[in-house]
Amino acid sequence: MLLSTILFLPLIFALIVLIWPQDKTIRHVAFGLSIVEFIISLIVLKDFDASSAQLQMIEKHMWIERFGIQYFLGVDGISLWLVLLTTFLTPIIILASWNSIDTKIKGFHAAMFVLQTAMLGTFLAIDAIFFYVFWELSLIPMYFIVGIWGGARRIYATIKFFIFTMIGSVLMLVAIIYLMYLTQQASGHMSASLLEFYKVKIPFVGGSILNLQSLLFFAFSLAFAIKVPVWPVHTWLPDAHVEAPTPGSVILAGVMLKMGTYCFLRWVIPLFPDAAEYWAWLFLSLGVIGIIYGALVAMIQPDIKKLVAYSSVSHMGYIIVGMFVFNHFGITGSLYQMLNHGVSTGALFLLIGMIYERTHSREISKYGGLAGVLPIFTIFFFIITLSSIAVPMTNGFIGEFLILLGLHKAQPVYVYFAVTGVVLGAAYMLWMFKRVFFGEKGELVKDEKHPLKDLSVREIAVLVPLVVLVFWMGLFPNHFLDLTKSSVNHLVTNKNKYYLEIKE
Amino acid sequence: MDHSLLMAILLLSPLVGFLINGIRYKNPTANLSGGIATAAVAISFISSLILVADLIGMPAEARKIHVSFFQWMAVDSFKINAAFYIDQISAIMILVITGVGSLIHLFSIGYMHHDKGVTKYFAYLNLFVFNMLILVLGDSLLTMFVGWEGVGLCSYLLIGFWFSDKEKAAAGMKAFITNRVGDAAFLLGMFVLFATFGTLNIQEMNALAPTTAEASWLGAITLGTLFLFIGATGKSAQIPLYVWLPDAMAGPTPVSALIHAATMVTAGVYMIVRLNPLFIVAPNTMMVIAIIGALTAVFAASIGITQWDIKKVLAYSTVSQLGYMFLAVGVGAFGAGMFHLMTHAFFKALMFLGSGSVIHAMHEEQDIRKMGGLKKYMPITHMTFFFGWVAIIGIPPFAGFFSKDEILWMSFHSPLGSPALWVLGAIGAAMTAFYMTRLMCLTFWGKSRVPKSVHPHESPTLMTIPLIVLGILSVVGGWVGIPEVIGHSLGDIPNLLEHWLHPVIKPIPNLTEAEHSMEWMLMGVSVSLATISAFIAYHFYVKSPETPEKIANSIKPLYNLISKKYLVDELYFGTIINPLINGSKRLWMFIDVNFIDKITYVISDLVRGGGGVVRALQTGNLQQYAMLIGIGIVIALSIIIMR
Amino acid sequence: MQSTNFLTEVGLNHYLILSALLFVTGMTGVLLKRNIIVMLMSIELMLNAVNISFVAFSKYLNNVDGQIMVFFVMTIAAAEAAVGLAIAVTIFKRFKEINIKFFEHLRG
Repeated sequence: MLLSTILFLPLIFALIVLIWPQDKTIRHVAFGLSIVEFIISLIVLKDFDASSAQLQMIEKHMWIERFGIQYFLGVDGISLWLVLLTTFLTPIIILASWNSIDTKIKGFHAAMFVLQTAMLGTFLAIDAIFFYVFWELSLIPMYFIVGIWGGARRIYATIKFFIFTMIGSVLMLVAIIYLMYLTQQASGHMSASLLEFYKVKIPFVGGSILNLQSLLFFAFSLAFAIKVPVWPVHTWLPDAHVEAPTPGSVILAGVMLKMGTYCFLRWVIPLFPDAAEYWAWLFLSLGVIGIIYGALVAMIQPDIKKLVAYSSVSHMGYIIVGMFVFNHFGITGSLYQMLNHGVSTGALFLLIGMIYERTHSREISKYGGLAGVLPIFTIFFFIITLSSIAVPMTNGFIGEFLILLGLHKAQPVYVYFAVTGVVLGAAYMLWMFKRVFFGEKGELVKDEKHPLKDLSVREIAVLVPLVVLVFWMGLFPNHFLDLTKSSVNHLVTNKNKYYLEIKE
Repeated sequence: MDHSLLMAILLLSPLVGFLINGIRYKNPTANLSGGIATAAVAISFISSLILVADLIGMPAEARKIHVSFFQWMAVDSFKINAAFYIDQISAIMILVITGVGSLIHLFSIGYMHHDKGVTKYFAYLNLFVFNMLILVLGDSLLTMFVGWEGVGLCSYLLIGFWFSDKEKAAAGMKAFITNRVGDAAFLLGMFVLFATFGTLNIQEMNALAPTTAEASWLGAITLGTLFLFIGATGKSAQIPLYVWLPDAMAGPTPVSALIHAATMVTAGVYMIVRLNPLFIVAPNTMMVIAIIGALTAVFAASIGITQWDIKKVLAYSTVSQLGYMFLAVGVGAFGAGMFHLMTHAFFKALMFLGSGSVIHAMHEEQDIRKMGGLKKYMPITHMTFFFGWVAIIGIPPFAGFFSKDEILWMSFHSPLGSPALWVLGAIGAAMTAFYMTRLMCLTFWGKSRVPKSVHPHESPTLMTIPLIVLGILSVVGGWVGIPEVIGHSLGDIPNLLEHWLHPVIKPIPNLTEAEHSMEWMLMGVSVSLATISAFIAYHFYVKSPETPEKIANSIKPLYNLISKKYLVDELYFGTIINPLINGSKRLWMFIDVNFIDKITYVISDLVRGGGGVVRALQTGNLQQYAMLIGIGIVIALSIIIMR
Repeated sequence: MQSTNFLTEVGLNHYLILSALLFVTGMTGVLLKRNIIVMLMSIELMLNAVNISFVAFSKYLNNVDGQIMVFFVMTIAAAEAAVGLAIAVTIFKRFKEINIKFFEHLRG
């Protein structure tokens, strides 16, 4: 029952928020409820058996018997941390939106909770149709969050975001239905269970895209690649980020992008091992291009938020690369980088939101000399910058290093290109940091009559957990890696005949 | 005491200092903050003294203190511990770092007394010492890399310490990014070596190193060590990545002494020495290192001759001296490299602190054209600077003579060296003598050109004590490594350093017995070259100050080129950085805005256009709909019936 | 069926032809008339044409189902006439117009 509780509690929370009579206390209620959710999710962490690669805490009920569609939840080492990341970020986001969201508060918090359910469902569902429901559900609250509380060009951004992701998911739906049909061919009864999908042997012929496994592979990959986003289908991301309100950006960068990368590990690679291996070169190249392209383009953005959005493209490139090397280092690094990116890019968007609340501008050229005016803000921003450019002893380094190590082990040629990302990453972040925080005071900063206020206690409370995580994950990665180890091992060693057992 | 406890104190004491000062960063109390920071490093120094004393107590072959605190990360076969070890090489380093570090902290209390950010400054300085200790003590390349990036970070923070000045902030950024280029190569080196050895543990790799030299350029060890060396060119400011170091002088002067002269910039040399069993079997890498080292030594020295900023002269001098260290390790004389590293730490830290003292006295004036005749105002600074001067230009028996001479001799004598390298080294030595004497003359000797408004004065005791200690070390520091040829003739004075390092340094293959006559002769040549050029410089800048200008005018184009630092910065900007930025803009406009988005627009336009076509049928006229339905039924029925 | 009997004996064909004629007349009215009232009347005509066929077949096949169906159709026709006329009256009240040409709000 634990997973169902975690999954549907936010929906109930959404209802509570909607019918809550007092407008004043809605934020407090929502924050309290999200904390409750986080605490409950910690029970999963406690009960999780790290030594097992099996699917744990499963819940399985027939949903639509005729098509073998089930209500099927389960968690393993690959999804565990992402579930926790989701429940961890939500209270932070609610606390961060305290002042920035001032219209339709009820609707906002309800959307937040629905979104949380959708994201958790994506990570927990093991049945394809059940999964698809959550995958699509996540679009709707996000659509409203950007469309209602967003910036000036929010309608353009939402439509772009919606259409991009929709195109991918429709193809995926076709592929899922075809896979269900294949299970019927293979075993006599139709099933949408992922575990049944794993058992199907899908014919593969190398050298051409027109064979069953490659086609299904691309149908799934496209859906997930758009979500990640992989270069060149990334252009919705900067627009969505720029127009989204701070909480929307944080949840988008922090969790929603991971839905794409997670699904590569959960669906694409185990389901289509031959095609994944055959087409690995494509994804490695796209990943590496993404790393370099994202960094180069981030460098010249005049808008801080757009810069961070493109840096996400670069970081997600690393994750893609890590997954398609199919070895321990790469996949572990990818999983770790997913968490890192959630923490550090999430924190970056929070910080940008905080400064935006004060100055109502994100134009880099209008800043300058902030370090002298807002020292505490600067310290937080600097620490997160370090994490983002992967300085050792912060979380970013562990992920990036493992990914590059894995890449070198599998495909040394790519490493020589990917490693330029290390330099360019430092270049765009530090250049931005220099222009915003150092030098003479910019036009937004030097107003003596209305001096900018440094962070409030609430804002510090928002950032401290993230900074603690930055160093915790950087100094003691084993605390996190130990829980994923057996699942990654299982995936790497059994990649070509992947199966998942159920832990009773 | 327990070794792991001592090691923990050694490492964590500066970290604790950083945290204390970091929390109270707004406090402007120089004495308290400086006291905390200095005490933190001094505690480290004491524990490293105890540890090194224990090390000396051990038998020569088993000298090693290894402490593992916890497992840092473990993925499959890749296991890295937060483990640190002291051996003969790192023992020298920790003593230099914490010893010289304590002195520089002490000096800083006086130097930074009036700065508002003094507590922050000391916090950064402590953080630097912490990272530097991790760098030198780490038992694997990855742990070393943690410190390696960490010191780069602290260097960034300290160079840009006065961040409201745009230039200084830019200098910090330049340092970090240039270092990052090196670091990226360092990462590649680690990957290659991990693929080869299956471990990144330094001791294990050294033990696994093959005994025969690797001839191929693309061999794993050659490739790996080459990448590591590129990493070292970043951190240790060698061609082509040296450009950040002169700019790094934007930071407070004691920082230049500690980070950009004595400790951090020598990390590259140290790394190579620590991995010497690997480097010695990669002769191609060694050749590259030696050539780059020798070229840098001459190149940077030539720029040093034309600089007017007291710190810039010292900066180029540092680059040049680091070149000597790389020349040493490149010809296989790892011991000589370490020796020069140590003596250089003494005399260069001394000279930087001395220049700090001068700048302090001159009210932040750094241009040596506005100095002169400071000898009578600042006797202690002058005296100590004098020792530094004789040490660096290699006058026996001061510290620099022994180390530099050993490097020059080995570059000639070693089978990995060549006479050409010796010639470069000797030219560099002559140039060093010239620009250092020039600096000495323009600053302390000759006529005073100090503006009327400035009243130079000797620095406070807190600042002169470190100068005196370092001055003494610059005199005696070289006596631990007196070469055999001199020691023998003076009655069997042992080369202590060589004996000390012997167990951990791989001998140069095919090294022949040294010819004493040759060694004496080369020594004589280099010393007299240095002396002559020092005299020329003295003549130029004290006796007839108009001559240098005449010479400069007679070779105007060359002089301009050199004084503009060979336009290397402009070259990098013109060929790499600006094209990159402009290219990125174009890339973004072309791919994102004009290509991918355009495609999506085209698709959406197609859908919309298609809709427009079909839309015409939707007239809103009910009767027309009914008519169409009717026609449809007729067609459908006729198809069914006709079949 | 023999053609000689066509003029003397009234058989199924006569009913069907009558039904078809009525249906076509009704349909023409629906398709061409602009007046809503007339259109409603035409629809009634079409429905009743169908009723004739139903009854004719029912008699011819000796099956009572067709006649039952006619009752349903008649009920629906009554209901339809009621609702249709109500709409027509409301439209007229509101727009002072019963010409269908003016109601093209479904235009795409």
